[in-house]
Amino acid sequence: MNSISNIIDWFINTGVLNMALIALIYLTVFALLGLFLVLLERKVAAWFQLRIGPNRVGYLGLFQTIADALKLVSKELTGTVKADKFLYNLAPYFVIVTSLMALAVFPFTKDLQAFDINIGIFFLIAISSIGVIGILLGGWSSNNKFALIGAMRSGVQTVSYELSVGLSLLTMVILTGSLQLSEIIEVQKSGWLIVQGHIPAIIAFMIYMIAGTAETNRAPFDMVEAESELGAGYHTEYSGMKFAYFFLAEFINMFIIAAIATTIFFGGWLSPFGITESLPWMGLFWFLVKTFVLVFLMMWFRWTFPRLRVDQLLTLEWKYLLPINLVNLVLMAVIVWLNLTIQI
Amino acid sequence: MEKVIFYILAIIMVAAAIAAVSSRKMLRSVIYLLFVLIGAAGLYFQMDYNFLAAIQLTVYAGGVVVLIIFSVLLIHHIEMKLEVAKKSRQAMSALLCLLGLSVFLATIYAHPFEVAGVSTTTTTAEIGRALLSFEKQGFILPFEVISVLLLSAMIGAIVIAKGGRAIKQPPLQKIDPEKLLKDLKKEVTEEKVPEEEIGV
Repeated sequence: MNSISNIIDWFINTGVLNMALIALIYLTVFALLGLFLVLLERKVAAWFQLRIGPNRVGYLGLFQTIADALKLVSKELTGTVKADKFLYNLAPYFVIVTSLMALAVFPFTKDLQAFDINIGIFFLIAISSIGVIGILLGGWSSNNKFALIGAMRSGVQTVSYELSVGLSLLTMVILTGSLQLSEIIEVQKSGWLIVQGHIPAIIAFMIYMIAGTAETNRAPFDMVEAESELGAGYHTEYSGMKFAYFFLAEFINMFIIAAIATTIFFGGWLSPFGITESLPWMGLFWFLVKTFVLVFLMMWFRWTFPRLRVDQLLTLEWKYLLPINLVNLVLMAVIVWLNLTIQI
Repeated sequence: MEKVIFYILAIIMVAAAIAAVSSRKMLRSVIYLLFVLIGAAGLYFQMDYNFLAAIQLTVYAGGVVVLIIFSVLLIHHIEMKLEVAKKSRQAMSALLCLLGLSVFLATIYAHPFEVAGVSTTTTTAEIGRALLSFEKQGFILPFEVISVLLLSAMIGAIVIAKGGRAIKQPPLQKIDPEKLLKDLKKEVTEEKVPEEEIGV
């Protein structure tokens, strides 16, 4: 008995228990959030196509995706005989773990932040560059042509659009002078960065949203899983919960892209004109409102634009976004140097 | 706590490194290598050197490994396995590895490691200043030299991708649809087949 209580003491004293609890809460909240994002996507799609959308399970179909998740959990995990089993099983975890890791650094309110690392934005870029390995592995180890083509396209797309995401965020870092997310929000108390940086900030925001949509492999950049060409792309051979991991990661990544934009461009948890400054917990409300507006914007893209071809995708990145981004970076540097920023 | 994490990381790294060189499937080796690189990033995080850790993740795990995976995807089929080398070669490489390991161990054990007193985090701003300063502790010269190297690499890549001279293709002839139709009609009328032969 003594040794067990010793072990328990060790867990409590070293903070492992706290860590595990925080991780558990984050996992639960964001898994549920992912499910409701799927529902939101279906509702938005229905709205854009003048349909009603899911409305049977629960009030207004609110429990539809939870029912779907239960179905996915109870499904049989099939696999192909000739697949490379080790890599095939490993791939979904790469994708889901990296996207969940990125969530740890966001400041949802002044106090609600799991991990305030001093390289904030850079950490996010680093983590998001690993997720693509899971997609490449999944596509290759399934031993399926469609999956392999989807994986290759995903690799090309992510490697190229990472540059634009990184550069447009770097443009904003010139304004903030810090990579730490809590400090970036502190800077925005004298005006959101998109106001402070005016013209170059707006250009950076537009490039960021385009490149971010491409990095999450969402339409109009969804060559990775183009249904009409590739079946389902890299996750053709996955079923049940392993497929659900890929699916959930895609939606959480969309949330992450929107949350980064909220934090960097729109003041994070700061309320507009400081109207709820006396109520710190309202920060969570403002953060989520801003993030969901941006998520809605990405869904709007998806149901409005037709899919690009691979060559158009690469032309867009290398011949338009990247040069514009580099010029924009210099423009922002000049504006900061000459003190032309707008301070409220 | 930190010791526990260090040993977990160390075991993962050593095991993955051994697996990377002993696996007979190429892509699996790459993934084991990825684990080694991520483990190294974990060690940097533990040293509170977050910037280097993030660089490790972006450049090595996110960049180099993705490129290696790409080349494996292009040349390797899922059913292929690497050949096992001959016994004599195995013995030879084992000897060489032992030699290298002994050199490393001798150097490491000969070096008197001192426990650092107070450790401070190197911030990104400090790294940036050091890279661009031209005073005594500055690194402006190596920084510029490396950027010239990268530029030349980029130009080289473009030259290689463009190839030598473009292969000369005969210029496409302009197609005049009316002339084409006339020619076709001519051919048809010239090759008039007697109607009796067709049997109309």
